[in-house]
Amino acid sequence: MIDALGAPQSVLVLGGTSEIATAVLDRFSAQRLRRVVLAGRDPAALQVIAQRFRSNGVAAVAVETFDAADTDTHESLLDRVWAGGDIDVALLAFGVLGDQRAAEADPGLAVDWARVNYLGGLSLGLGCARRLREQGHGVLVLLSSVAGERARRSNFVYGSAKAGLDALGQGLADALHGSGARVLVVRPGFVKDRMTRGLPIPPLSTTPAQVAEVVTAAIASGRGTVWAPPALRWVMLVLRHVPRALFRRLPI
Amino acid sequence: MSEPPVSRGPAASDAGLTRSLLTGWGRTAATAARVLRPSTVEQVRDALQMVRAGGPAPSRGVAVRGLGRSYGDAAQSAGGTVVDLTGLDAVRDLQVREGDALLTCAAGASLHDLLRLLVPQGWFVPVTPGTRYVTVGGAIAADVHGKNHHRDGSFASHVESLSLLDGRGEAHLIGPQSDPEAFWATAGGMGLTGVIVEATLRLLPVQSSWMLVDTERAANLDDLLDRLSSRDHLYRYSVAWIDCLATGRSAGRGVITRGEHAPADALHGRATARAWAVPSGPLVSLPGPLPAGLLNRASVAAFNEAWFRKAPRHRAGELQPFPRFFHPLDGVGDWNAVYGRRGFLQYQFVVPIQREDTLREVLARLRGARVPSFLAVLKRFGPADPGPLSFPRPGWTLALDIPAGLPGLAGLLDECDLLVAEAGGAVYLAKDSRMRPELLSMMYPRLEEWKGTRDRLDPDRIFRTDLSRRLNL
Repeated sequence: MIDALGAPQSVLVLGGTSEIATAVLDRFSAQRLRRVVLAGRDPAALQVIAQRFRSNGVAAVAVETFDAADTDTHESLLDRVWAGGDIDVALLAFGVLGDQRAAEADPGLAVDWARVNYLGGLSLGLGCARRLREQGHGVLVLLSSVAGERARRSNFVYGSAKAGLDALGQGLADALHGSGARVLVVRPGFVKDRMTRGLPIPPLSTTPAQVAEVVTAAIASGRGTVWAPPALRWVMLVLRHVPRALFRRLPI
Repeated sequence: MSEPPVSRGPAASDAGLTRSLLTGWGRTAATAARVLRPSTVEQVRDALQMVRAGGPAPSRGVAVRGLGRSYGDAAQSAGGTVVDLTGLDAVRDLQVREGDALLTCAAGASLHDLLRLLVPQGWFVPVTPGTRYVTVGGAIAADVHGKNHHRDGSFASHVESLSLLDGRGEAHLIGPQSDPEAFWATAGGMGLTGVIVEATLRLLPVQSSWMLVDTERAANLDDLLDRLSSRDHLYRYSVAWIDCLATGRSAGRGVITRGEHAPADALHGRATARAWAVPSGPLVSLPGPLPAGLLNRASVAAFNEAWFRKAPRHRAGELQPFPRFFHPLDGVGDWNAVYGRRGFLQYQFVVPIQREDTLREVLARLRGARVPSFLAVLKRFGPADPGPLSFPRPGWTLALDIPAGLPGLAGLLDECDLLVAEAGGAVYLAKDSRMRPELLSMMYPRLEEWKGTRDRLDPDRIFRTDLSRRLNL
């Protein structure tokens, strides 16, 4: 159960090697965390992270192997996870950034990434939402992106999938209203982690630890959509309304 | 282009069954459950039978709910079934003999209704907590205490017998003599041993509905503890309000109110004509959650200062209507909304007599964190009753309301829990919404004994609440 101050006891991470997810678990493991399921593609890498939380005192840490693009396997994955008990927080943290220019040259690549970023999120988001509704409590956390809030020349292939995921989250939040389960849509800006290594760092960039702080605060407060860093909310409010002719010329 | 049709199913339906969102009085951690409101014991039995027979979501279990005054998650069960017993509120029998009275009523009867019925007949409930909007079943399940704990013990000590439907749907008539193990596992057992459907209580004779109240101020914590230790035994009722924000030489200052039921010959003035007055419902209600931030350190400190100053240094023999003495907040309906959307919690713990050092340390930490609490109550408990999960035990109990959104609160209360547990104290389960499950066996050393009895009464573990899930009870 998530307690009155927002501390969960069981967390499922889909995309278990995500640095944001690990940072979120770091915060929760200092509170009430008893059970973690890390699901991802690379069992060896997941085991390393699992070991870290075991030694941090989390009683039950399990690893599940799955591919976000292989949507046929998702139901059985979630069945296995829920067979071990309720999930208080389900965190969808997987995603590929991909190289925009490469995708424009080879649409097949773009489709592959969309299978992960959008279809994987769609399949697992709906699957988790149904189970959270049945158990009558819990939070589904979707890692969206400001890239989905307004399409940009530099990363609109990625942004289009995140826009879809974001819309899924907003709709699921309404669908789950009154069910005891909630949805948290997180819109980080540029996060300095493995996924963006080597890219130029823009202003208002953030770190996995800072995103995790925003996520845990939102789980406690019950907010439905948050930005990381929080100031991005107001930046994006402006950017959404900048005329296209001007927006196109912005160095972002 | 037209948009695709929007499906408009019920927002919270599950296999055709409507669920409701439930919280405790603190309005935190809402979860959804199907709520049944039986009006006969037979219907309660049917509800249990349905859950046991594998009706919808049998593994989610069933929880019993009264008036929802537990602050945390004791009367809700996510994804399961909640049996609301407030429809079972009949008074079945009042037997008076030789100055004694035994009342038999259904478990959903509220102390409010009982007091309205009994006081004009010269009887009072044996124990009342700070609100009369609790049910008899809830009062037993939480083994509640009142301002008379130092003299009269907790609620269950005045229960002659109760009727319990256990986890197999079997009815038991149990009492402290006939089946003490089941009885004392049920008293304080937080509704996890079965459904209390009826109880027989011993009542207290009174000569009026008025209280004779003595009020005095204490300048600091030492003064307060000293006054409570030395003179509580002279009164049936005693409690102190304590200013958690005062610092320096005033740290722990407070106002003590103690009293007795006023005898008939003590009434004068308007009390004479209204000797048996009883309260109606709340006079006013809050419109809904107030904006966050209304209760902040400045506003609470100002309130506390005014509260302390308005209390007389010493006043004896003041006549007060009993609701003002026992249930000052019951005059405002839904006052819990004052804490806004995030809700609040009540932190209540007890530490043994002689462990004033721990009480002092916890108060210092709360003060250091500048916790804005304007309802902090200190009381000296008397002897414990035999319930393994009963909260009251000889010592000092402090209860304070804290907004749930206060930054750093989780860590602060974890530290306080540890101090309390190490001192041999406990946190009150009827108030808890956040404690660490690992500390439970330290605070309630007879936990395993209780679990053994629970397993006998509910072998299939059909009684499940969010509290029992959270604390692994």
